[in-house]
Amino acid sequence: MATQGPFDTVAQPAESEWLVQPPPESRTRERRGLSESTVIGFAAVVIFFILWQGVGFVRTTWPDGVSLGPITFIAPSQLFLPAPLDVFKAFQAYVQDGRIWKDMAVSGQELMTGYLAAVVLGIVLGLLVGWYKRLRYALDPFITFLYATPRIVLLPLFIIWFGIGVESKIAVVFLGAIFAILINTAAGVRNLDANLIKVARSFGASDLQLFRTIALPGSVPFILTGLRLGIGHALTGVIVGELVAAQFGVGQMMAVAGATFQSAKVFAGLFIIAGTGMLMTFTLQKLEQRFEAWRPRPN
Amino acid sequence: MLRHSGGDMRATAVKLEARRVAIHYRRQRSGLNLIAVDGVDLRVDEGEFLSIVGPSGCGKTTFLNAVDGLIPIASGSLLLDGNEISSPGPDRAMVFQQPSLLPWRTVTRNVVYGLEMQHRAGRESRETAARLIDLVGLQGFADAWPSELSGGMQQRVNLARALATDPEVLLLDEPFAALDAQTRETMQQELLRIWGATRKTAIFITHDITEAVYLADRVIVFTARPGRIKLDVKIELPRPRDLRLKRDARFIDYERMIWETIREEVIRSESRGQAIA
Repeated sequence: MATQGPFDTVAQPAESEWLVQPPPESRTRERRGLSESTVIGFAAVVIFFILWQGVGFVRTTWPDGVSLGPITFIAPSQLFLPAPLDVFKAFQAYVQDGRIWKDMAVSGQELMTGYLAAVVLGIVLGLLVGWYKRLRYALDPFITFLYATPRIVLLPLFIIWFGIGVESKIAVVFLGAIFAILINTAAGVRNLDANLIKVARSFGASDLQLFRTIALPGSVPFILTGLRLGIGHALTGVIVGELVAAQFGVGQMMAVAGATFQSAKVFAGLFIIAGTGMLMTFTLQKLEQRFEAWRPRPN
Repeated sequence: MLRHSGGDMRATAVKLEARRVAIHYRRQRSGLNLIAVDGVDLRVDEGEFLSIVGPSGCGKTTFLNAVDGLIPIASGSLLLDGNEISSPGPDRAMVFQQPSLLPWRTVTRNVVYGLEMQHRAGRESRETAARLIDLVGLQGFADAWPSELSGGMQQRVNLARALATDPEVLLLDEPFAALDAQTRETMQQELLRIWGATRKTAIFITHDITEAVYLADRVIVFTARPGRIKLDVKIELPRPRDLRLKRDARFIDYERMIWETIREEVIRSESRGQAIA
């Protein structure tokens, strides 16, 4: 019954073969590249810390400076630049006196509450604004106004409205993160492939089905970009908010430590914040990989 | 005698009927209202394979979109089984020029997409998908991502997706236009095989005359915009057909006749364009 064309036998195996067996060398090169980047990156960090610690070593060994011919090198004081081990000791002390848990709980609460609220509302509003152009026209002036303003400048108002507790910081984190998420999500919806929308319409899809099967998955890459940008804004909001006025929190601890010249403790706070940002970004990358299994792998 | 003619009537039942159909098209940028199609009268019988050819921009795709129910007609009437077409429905399915597969769905999940949209996806839709993936010759690719497929393979999925909803009328909008010449001939051959197995009413849009004659029972030539029917010719060539038919003298006669008609139309529209300018 099936009339086989003369090209059938030629075209088909040729098409499938490359798929069943991906070129072997591309995979090994990828693996080697990955380990190479890890090794070099790790080595660079280790060398950096050794050099930094070296400054501390010079300081304790030759407090009056080292003379190398005409040049005398005087290591900066510990107040100016504490060595990594000093930072570690400050961190240990911070852990031992128990303040760290209270500070991290407060900062974490501000960050997570504000960020998660921004994620939920940012995605929902972004989808709606991207989809319904009249809503976009209505909200555009507000979004533009707030996005162009560094949200940190709203902090004095938030302190008046919400006090110096966690609420004012949550508000700053929320406003800081939401626009990156909202704008990117809306851009994702607006960049949807018109052909796919036509396919859905042709099969009689309802608006809700279109939204669920085309608009949402189609804008996932944009949403993830927004989430990643939002992390930076959210962290800035927490720390700057606490620097200005707070009772607890990692930022508040840094403000006090800075005002009392405990530079090592300031560095300890800095590493906590950097670590949190890296952890969040890493989690998001894992999420990205899970969502984008369908993307062609770049060579 | 009476019974015989009754049986005859059923065998050639009119599936789709267009009566003085006009379709207007609003240009996005200039806001001008163009008349894309004007006064098209057409009957397509059940189980018939109809090809529509015409110079580019003649409104043949617009007409097909109207049959699918994606765009409204301005006047006249467009009837499917005697009912006015007003929106897309499960009795029609479109094979698009671009494969337009959902890149985040595997081949199987793309094939069942139409069923899902029509709330007809069930336990058996996986089997339907598997059967159709076999039918279009994609055995072993059920779980592949669209990005892993060649253009020809993607177009096979596009076809399987349309067939999955088991439509009564299959609408094909230049489905092979973006393929290279060899893949294209393979796909024509495949389409004939699949059409032979399903015998659905099919409307096939193309600008390739050879393709139109090779596939169809009947070829229609549209005039330059506004599109009207310029020529309506029955292709009386035996089935099943294979690629050798393209060298047959009768085949070449059909091709030449259609080619002359289109050329006349292109020249006419060009001289008219100059007259306006």
